[in-house]
Amino acid sequence: MDPSSLLQYLITGLTLGSTYGLTALGFTIIFNTTGVINFAQGEFVMLGGMMSVYFMHALGLGEPSAVVLAVLGATMAGALVERLAIRPVRDCPTINLIIITIGVSILIRGLAMLLWGKDTHVLEPFSGNQPIMFLGAAIMPQAIWVLAISLFLLAALKLFFSGTIHGKAMLACSFDSKAASLVGIGVQRMVLLSFMISAFVGAVGGVILAPITMTSYDVGIMLGLKGFAACILGGLGNPFGAAAGGLILGVLESMGAGFVSSAYKDALAFVILLILLFVKPSGLFGPKDSKRV
Amino acid sequence: MSYRKDMIWLAFFFGVLMFAPMLLPNNYYLTILILGCLHAMNAVGLCLLVGHAGQISLGHAGFYGLGAYTSAYLSTTVGLSVGLSMLSGVALTVVVSILVGLPSLKLKGHYLAMATLGFGIILSILFNETVDITGGPSGFVGIPRLSLFGWELSKDVTLYRAVAVMLCLFVWLSFNLLHSRVGRALRALHTSERAAEAMGVDIARYKLLVFVLSAAFSGIAGVLYAHYLTFIAPSSFGFMFSVEMIVMVVLGGMLSVPGAIVGAFFVTVLPEFLRAFENIEILLFGAILVLCMMFLPDGMAGGWNKLWAWGKARLSGAAHG
Repeated sequence: MDPSSLLQYLITGLTLGSTYGLTALGFTIIFNTTGVINFAQGEFVMLGGMMSVYFMHALGLGEPSAVVLAVLGATMAGALVERLAIRPVRDCPTINLIIITIGVSILIRGLAMLLWGKDTHVLEPFSGNQPIMFLGAAIMPQAIWVLAISLFLLAALKLFFSGTIHGKAMLACSFDSKAASLVGIGVQRMVLLSFMISAFVGAVGGVILAPITMTSYDVGIMLGLKGFAACILGGLGNPFGAAAGGLILGVLESMGAGFVSSAYKDALAFVILLILLFVKPSGLFGPKDSKRV
Repeated sequence: MSYRKDMIWLAFFFGVLMFAPMLLPNNYYLTILILGCLHAMNAVGLCLLVGHAGQISLGHAGFYGLGAYTSAYLSTTVGLSVGLSMLSGVALTVVVSILVGLPSLKLKGHYLAMATLGFGIILSILFNETVDITGGPSGFVGIPRLSLFGWELSKDVTLYRAVAVMLCLFVWLSFNLLHSRVGRALRALHTSERAAEAMGVDIARYKLLVFVLSAAFSGIAGVLYAHYLTFIAPSSFGFMFSVEMIVMVVLGGMLSVPGAIVGAFFVTVLPEFLRAFENIEILLFGAILVLCMMFLPDGMAGGWNKLWAWGKARLSGAAHG
């Protein structure tokens, strides 16, 4: 293998991986406030991409405003999911809530298929298609957008969780929701907020990824799975682990596609994921298992 | 439920299954009934694993497919007899489930879900990509019909009866298992693994046992599926079907074997009823799933128990009032 193609695969992998990381962050945020794995997370990613395409074509908006509207729309969808499907049954066992999110994901996917059809749609890259040559590797401008926006979002989330009162309140909920409510934090408000932030982060990931991989009503399934895999790989509940897990998964996948076979790239990524799990049962950056009886 | 009640239920269920074909207007309904039974086999196995032992699996569609493809390949391409192919299909499923279960079952909760999910996806990719063996995405055609001891079950009704008897056998086995030492051990390790271990329950062994058993149920269902439809495609054995299996179990009410069976039939029949609505079929499926879970938190078994208690209270109220 020559270094330039290695670099090429690395950049492709990091680009893909950062959107997996964003999806994984969405999972982590909801998991931390509710203990629920939100299987509709992938659908938020899909909504980001598909709504952008829809707003551009149906409303004749320019790409920037369509993208902003789409992300806001997906955020609203996140809020709706929490209000309509999660809050009324918040005292149910976690497994029930997880099944509800599966139902919700089928519902959202069905709606998207009905509204926008089964076709694959293309979103124009944000700033042209002219690749930039760097040490023998061709970098698409969209890849730079993806990496930059992901990094920016990560930094913003970090600031939010450590610097604002709402962020700190959400962190408190994730440590102990009963104790949080005792000190006057509206736990339900925080759950709502966590769904909105997850949907927002997911939709941003969907929007920036859509110009690279195209989008259709059913991209959410695979993206959701990859996101879930990324947070497990990094250690469930750890936002840093989720982002890192996403990057690792993306790089594994693109190296697998480049050096082994593109048909088996996902299989290869999952084989390595399984081996990693067997060696480190609580993820790469997960907590040590120290549960008391 | 007591063992006696379970057995009475099983006898009743067996009767219903045997009489059901007489009430059906045509063969199309029989097809749904057969598929329902096959799904129920999967659901019963998962009910033991997820409901009773508390070990989640999102990869059982892989076992279902492994049984189906192995038997299809051996009987069609290699040319073995159907009986032998079916046995090998189930045997391979069991061997693979042991190999997967040994390392995976050390993981807990969501990590176990991920490991089984990953396994399911790897298998589903193999079904899609090994075109020489499986026929790839367009499917595997020309599988011989199910035959037992050299006697082909060419009529759908006979095949249905064989499948139904098999399902009842699984249920009987499960009831016996749950009312035995193993059943108590599973409940103990579900409540607390450490406490169970401290009491001398060999948790690794019991977890593996129930994992392999449920995989075997799925493998047998898959084998029957292949030799019933005579055509299989990878899309039937993907991630979504693993999720659907869990949905059947939870919808039925986690701890209840009869519930899992009702859940399986419900999930099988519902899309057929919704077919009349064409485009919004999938929409309604999602909505019904969400609403069921919201309003029947303990599943259909829980809903039934509540209805039963309510009816009893009304009756005794009427008698006294």
